[in-house]
Amino acid sequence: MSFDWEFALQILPDLLEAFVRITLLVTVVGSLTAAVLGLVWAIGLRSLPAWVGRPLSFVLDFIRMTPLPIQLLFVYYTFNNLSALSVGIIVIGVHYSTYMAESYRAGIESIRKGQWEAATALSLPPHRTWRAVILPQALRATLPSLGNWAIAMFKDTPFLIVIAVPELVTEAKEIGGRTFSYVEPFTLAGLIFLVASYPTAVLMRKLENRLAY
Amino acid sequence: MTDFLDTLTAAAPRLWEATLVTLQLSVGGAAVAFVVAVLLGLASLSGVALVRGTSRVVVEFFRGTSLVVQLFWLFFVLPQLGVDLPSMTTGILALGLNYGAYGSEVVRGSINAVPKGQWETTVALSMSPVTTMRRVIWPQAWALMLPGLNNLLIMLIKGSALAGFIFLQDLTFVTDQLRRTTDTFVAFGIGMVIYYLIALGASGVLRWLERRAQRRLGLAPPTRRERIRQNAETARLQGTGAVGAPAGGGAAGAPTGGGAP
Repeated sequence: MSFDWEFALQILPDLLEAFVRITLLVTVVGSLTAAVLGLVWAIGLRSLPAWVGRPLSFVLDFIRMTPLPIQLLFVYYTFNNLSALSVGIIVIGVHYSTYMAESYRAGIESIRKGQWEAATALSLPPHRTWRAVILPQALRATLPSLGNWAIAMFKDTPFLIVIAVPELVTEAKEIGGRTFSYVEPFTLAGLIFLVASYPTAVLMRKLENRLAY
Repeated sequence: MTDFLDTLTAAAPRLWEATLVTLQLSVGGAAVAFVVAVLLGLASLSGVALVRGTSRVVVEFFRGTSLVVQLFWLFFVLPQLGVDLPSMTTGILALGLNYGAYGSEVVRGSINAVPKGQWETTVALSMSPVTTMRRVIWPQAWALMLPGLNNLLIMLIKGSALAGFIFLQDLTFVTDQLRRTTDTFVAFGIGMVIYYLIALGASGVLRWLERRAQRRLGLAPPTRRERIRQNAETARLQGTGAVGAPAGGGAAGAPTGGGAP
């Protein structure tokens, strides 16, 4: 049994379609969800009183420390009315938002105390302190880390196979099951991931160096 | 409530079996990942360009092609190429190779983060490369790499949750079965709490190792037991008038105390 190029070329369009229509969609919408929610968690953990902040921090830890597949199944069977794709996007977005919250937190903590004091001295209201003083500086330090989490999320999209979202790897597995030949579909799936994620990772490293003070 | 307890008692043996499968995958995967991480990490710092290049290619390959793809590739493709491995071995291998590649970056970064002066000192003392690594660089890098390895360990445990697809009855698989006979909320609730406890335990062990590593470098105050041992050691050395290397004494207490923070 060896690699059959003809068969590989034949199934490539199907794989690419699943990749573009589902994998990329989940990654893009999921990352945006995670980026927004992560920021909400990070600001919340800093500004909310302890009786809300503590439980929130526990919930975030819990989500971060339990596996994505079991969360996907849980949400999928709890909310029967949602499609598998929406469940996938929401769960992967919330899961990674707990990681991104940590990145934001690190970025916010890297802001020197004087910046907060200056904002207080100028009696800026809290939302202006955040929007005009803290976040523009914190986000600069956070951006590469957010990008790396987005890449990690991209490589975790195949976990969506547990709720049968027809992304790249699910498609590859199905082709394999149908034709009894797994070599080409899985090899191609791996290569597509590599080709898409490696240049992005290199780009992030460049960005990191560029943004470093 | 009694319903809930009944279900729990009935499901307990199967959940326990499933937890053992998940633990086996995690511990085995972590062991393979650690060996791979150290080997690839050291190789990526090698002076020989070929070794360095090979390790980079291997690392980028395993980091770039998703864990799930690797797991399925090992499970579905290898048999077609004539290599038939048991499910458990396949799972451990996939987890180990993937997270080992990530771990090698942590190892490399930590060794690079050891101050240059430490390397220069070993040259000045004409230490052999092996002694340099074992006695000077590694103990310091070890303390630096543990937080990174801790994160990866949690991810590895979470990554084991797909083992159901290679026909292993792990925790996720069994809780999904439990859902069919009981309630969604109960089944997945129990499953997630078990995962959470496993992750907490694993991360606790690594944090303990980290504190221990820091104490041995003099970066954190020693525990009472270590202080007593150190005092005994000092008294013994002063008593015999020996100032050089501690005679015998076991490997454990080697770099303790003395070192300026």
